[in-house]
Amino acid sequence: MARKVTARRVWVSTAAAWLFGFLIFLPILWMVLTSFKTELEAFSMPPKFLLFHWTTENYTTVQERSDYVHHALNSIIIAGGSTLIAMIIAIPAAWSMAFAPTKRTKDVLLWMLSTKMMPSVGVLVPIYLIFRDFGLLDTRAGLVMILCLGNLPIVIWMLFTYFKEIPKDILEAARMDGATIGRELVYVLTPMAVPGLASTLLLNFILAWNEAFWTLNLSTLEAAPLTTFIASYSSPEGLFWAKLSAASTLAIAPIIILGWFTQRQLVRGLTFGAVK
Amino acid sequence: MATEQTQVLGRALLTPAVALLFIWMIVPLAMTIYFSTLHYSLLDAETWSFVGLENFRYFLTDPAFLTALRNTLVLVGSVLAITILLGTPLALLLDQQVVGRSVVRLMVIAPFFVMPTVSALVWKNLLMHPVSGLFAWIATLVGATPIDWFNDVPLLAVILIVAWQWLPFATLILLTALQSQDEEQKEAAEMDGASAVSTFIYLTLPHLARPITVVILIETIFLLTVFAEIFVTTGGGPGLATTNIAFLIYQQALVQYDVGNASAGGLVAVVIANIVAFFLVRIVGRNLEA
Repeated sequence: MARKVTARRVWVSTAAAWLFGFLIFLPILWMVLTSFKTELEAFSMPPKFLLFHWTTENYTTVQERSDYVHHALNSIIIAGGSTLIAMIIAIPAAWSMAFAPTKRTKDVLLWMLSTKMMPSVGVLVPIYLIFRDFGLLDTRAGLVMILCLGNLPIVIWMLFTYFKEIPKDILEAARMDGATIGRELVYVLTPMAVPGLASTLLLNFILAWNEAFWTLNLSTLEAAPLTTFIASYSSPEGLFWAKLSAASTLAIAPIIILGWFTQRQLVRGLTFGAVK
Repeated sequence: MATEQTQVLGRALLTPAVALLFIWMIVPLAMTIYFSTLHYSLLDAETWSFVGLENFRYFLTDPAFLTALRNTLVLVGSVLAITILLGTPLALLLDQQVVGRSVVRLMVIAPFFVMPTVSALVWKNLLMHPVSGLFAWIATLVGATPIDWFNDVPLLAVILIVAWQWLPFATLILLTALQSQDEEQKEAAEMDGASAVSTFIYLTLPHLARPITVVILIETIFLLTVFAEIFVTTGGGPGLATTNIAFLIYQQALVQYDVGNASAGGLVAVVIANIVAFFLVRIVGRNLEA
């Protein structure tokens, strides 16, 4: 239980926490504010904090000038597709390692994780050449494939961590009562696995949505997701701060909200349960 | 334990994942090793020849490699130091009774979910711009000269951006660990007259040792290959000031089209990452037994 603390101490920690929280959040807040300014006011010195001419014009221009929806759709297809395929491959694998472990299971798990240790940049050249030769450069299918493989070890590990926590006693009890494997799956395992499945799905969607190395190097226009689209604003002719801010806000808003919902699972997922 | 039937089923279910990951690991790696022994440029794809270890000699003795290696180490080291030295007090603070703690928590972890290209551009243009960035305005407020971040201290600018993105990760993991700390133990220490400082040193810090190790290892894996932040802000420059190994290899592969040299560099990156991974796998593996 929480210890008794003095009102003064609560007040001091509250003030300090809000101050630091605000400072860390400031870049995002500033970006959102800028997205509602005119280009002129976005540059103005001294900066305008709230007393400016609020406009949603940037949001419409972003779409008109550069087809934001096209890139957002790419992001959804690439992140969603790679996550779904990874789940389809990973669920049986994680299930089998958690419920029918063999002597080699631990080695297999560690080996899978080790494929994640190979830095993407180390294999950029062959992947680029394979993509070029198979006509996969700047295609959604190519990016779905590469992000799926890149995230697969993490997906398997997260699912394994969750599956292992399902108590075996319940399964045995069900088996004693004469449940078949099929019934066991549908009525006993699935309901207990759903929270783990859901958070794995969400976290991997977030990882895939934000992935930038492969998307920047393997996509240019057709298949470019939001990461690549936003990067195009770094060129000199693209220096429109308010529009950049509007595009950025649209690109990160859904993922930040998803992230907030999954923060607890994030810790377990990214540290493979090593921190509880 | 498991019946023969489930064993067979288990193996069948595991095979697709193992096969895919095996291909994903072995094919590009084998190709990289093969290319690294060739003199092979995409600009002149007809005339390639076997050169043995020449590419490695060239890559490792290139002054750019030493600069990139140094930049990589400085970047990884600084970001680790910043995220842990700031993340620990921040986690301790959020572990206190704070009014509206859940809102503060959401603000603190938000940067982790911002895609790297967005955070790079927002920091570069809206905050660090030497004329009309927010930092420049703050500098003039206190009577200082605004810093031209990406010209005068480019590596520091990149470090700050990356540290901002990773501070939430360190804070969140340390906070989670703090919340599992034994409250009664702390209470007992307090009753015995232990000061807040000694409670922190003798109880909290040892409790945080493991999560800090986890943070260091996981961040290192990701920070070794920081790419998008450099790609978007400085393009590795000015000169080689912000070129890390990941960016150097990218330049040799997709800017200079020198496949042989880039492959040799890629293998060097793989070796460096695997030295780090060796320790990570050991720690995570130990956890697996428990």
